[in-house]
Amino acid sequence: MEKYKMHILICGGTGCRASASELIQSNLENALKAKGLEDEVQVVTTGCFGFCEKGPIVKILPDNTFYVEVKPEDVDEIIEEHIIKGRQVMRLLYTDPDKKETVSDSKHMDFYKKQIRIALRNCGFINPENIDEYIARDGYSALGKCFEMTQQAVIDIVKASGLRGRGGGGFPTGLKWEFASKNDADQKYVVCNADEGDPGAFMDRSILEGDPHSVLEAMAICAYTMGADIGVIYIRAEYPLAIERLKVAIKQAREYGLLGKDILGSGFNFDVEMRYGAGAFVCGEETALIHSMEGLRGEPTVKPPFPAESGYNGKPTNVNNVETFANIPVIINKGAEWFSSIGTEKSKGTKVFALAGKINNVGLIEVPMGTTLREVIYEIGGGIKDGKKFKAVQTGGPSGGCLTEKHLDTPIDFDNLLAAGSMMGSGGMIVMDEDNCMVSMAKFYLEFTVEESCGKCTPCRVGNKRLHEMLDKITEGKGTLQDLDLLRNLSGVIKDTSLCGLGQTSPNPVLSTLDNFYDEYLAHVVDHKCPSGQCKALMQYIIDPELCVGCTLCARNCPVDCIAGERKEAHIIDVEKCIKCGACMDKCKFNAISIQ
Amino acid sequence: MAKVKSLADLKKMKDNLQSKMDLREKSDAPNSMVQVKVGMATCGIASGAKEVMNFFIEESAKRGISAVVTQTGCMGYCYAEPTIEVIIPGKDPIVFGDVDVKRADEIIEKYIKNGELVDGIIPVNYNTID
Repeated sequence: MEKYKMHILICGGTGCRASASELIQSNLENALKAKGLEDEVQVVTTGCFGFCEKGPIVKILPDNTFYVEVKPEDVDEIIEEHIIKGRQVMRLLYTDPDKKETVSDSKHMDFYKKQIRIALRNCGFINPENIDEYIARDGYSALGKCFEMTQQAVIDIVKASGLRGRGGGGFPTGLKWEFASKNDADQKYVVCNADEGDPGAFMDRSILEGDPHSVLEAMAICAYTMGADIGVIYIRAEYPLAIERLKVAIKQAREYGLLGKDILGSGFNFDVEMRYGAGAFVCGEETALIHSMEGLRGEPTVKPPFPAESGYNGKPTNVNNVETFANIPVIINKGAEWFSSIGTEKSKGTKVFALAGKINNVGLIEVPMGTTLREVIYEIGGGIKDGKKFKAVQTGGPSGGCLTEKHLDTPIDFDNLLAAGSMMGSGGMIVMDEDNCMVSMAKFYLEFTVEESCGKCTPCRVGNKRLHEMLDKITEGKGTLQDLDLLRNLSGVIKDTSLCGLGQTSPNPVLSTLDNFYDEYLAHVVDHKCPSGQCKALMQYIIDPELCVGCTLCARNCPVDCIAGERKEAHIIDVEKCIKCGACMDKCKFNAISIQ
Repeated sequence: MAKVKSLADLKKMKDNLQSKMDLREKSDAPNSMVQVKVGMATCGIASGAKEVMNFFIEESAKRGISAVVTQTGCMGYCYAEPTIEVIIPGKDPIVFGDVDVKRADEIIEKYIKNGELVDGIIPVNYNTID
């Protein structure tokens, strides 16, 4: 048998593809062929490695060399030096920003040290378009194992594992399965919610792109426990690569008989189809999602009845999120005890987070529940960009809240985040630094919910719009103290009187910023100042005549010619004409320009 | 492609496929495995390091030894190419010189399997900085 002596893994996630990882792959294949090495070195496209900040990533095995920011033109050097002569290409290795040393093995990088990968176990390891590689890593064996157990025994394992829904709600998965299994009907459905809509969240997409079979296998397991034979994946049409990989995976699983009739000789039938969502945020809510699947408007309805009783087409339906499903096969294979040994008392296992914003290592990480925010932001995330000061981190997307310095040592789990005034949500983490204005941040999220509100409930449809208008007024410097009270009051009303999760949580960004950054609101309203200098209406660029040497650099760079002054004399900005672009401040070499 | 008809079928399939993924699984935990590093600089290649490396990869799989075979740059023992370094978990690395296929076979059988030393050891008289 021909055995490859080296494997080259290339990240084929959306992020790395955008930076030409496909071209890198074809260059590698061509270069290997030119050297006659194509039978000795295997080139594999994998899912996301997580270290998106430094993509595209190329990993060489067996010596575990982790190359970052690889460009298509680096390929020849990698082949000549590394593959043929066994010398690492030093300039492509990751450099530890603190120690200024290169780290060749990802295991020694701070970014990976604290991570435990369960849901992401195969991402960046297997070729997602090759079912054989999934099977080689115990794929579909959990499903086979379940067929040897009773339905209730499988549900009991999931219950005992303590797994909670990763889509945001945190409802115990085993319990949900049990409800769906207890309702008798001629037809039942399993639905995978892949309608990932939080700004800055991309964990579900990455799992589907990197390990689609794990989701298919888990859906089959779930279907077995509840007696469903049809599974539907509801996925955003904006995820073309994930859709493509799912299609390939479904096709391969059908060819192997792992989807279809009489799976593994058990007599159990199950097949999966896909539905594309138009990217409406509210469709992440399960009743709205089901309506959208039925071809109706994506609007939520009152629960009960829960989907477990009457869901898709009025039949019992179980809806789980992608990441929840991805945990299932491992739980079945390794046991509930193993899973529940990871995490905190009430939140078991791990959670995938998408790190974004003003953080050094933007990327996808998976950490045990109970890891602190400080560990995530400073150790894994590498701290704040450009050495700035940490201000807040927004978790839970537009439904969540912001957490501040005082929450940094809080262990992250479902309950702690709720207690701190935010929520787990699906796992987006947007880090903000001192330059971010918290009022503008709340306004940004409100803008999103105003756009995404389905319009069914008046408090959400109209109330959020009014909240947004008030915030807009405040950032324009026209707010009053009364507005602040009104903001809080209206937020409460919207929360109490909206039907679904969207309206019930949409004022959270306002409330949590009011709680944590009331000073900043006051500064906007009373002093008409934006402390972080983000609200353009509230700032003025001023030249300090003491520091200005009259070099004319600012005047020459001003796009609207509003800076006047003679050479070697202090310059003056015409505040009326100034468009506040900041070009002068960026150019000034003497720090003479400041914002007031 | 034939259908997988039972769990036993799936397991058999997995066992067959696993060897293809072996290299990736092993690279994840190199310290618990025998590591063989083959010096593959120009002089190494010229004196046959490539054949020796292929021999190690194929034979260790055939003889059921779980080993990671990697290549490395010039080790500096140009007089004794091909040179290889063998690390058995928990033991100090040992460098062997003038390794042809015959000696490679000896190394697998005697040193890797039984811990017996064989001819051609190059004493390591330098320190590396971690």
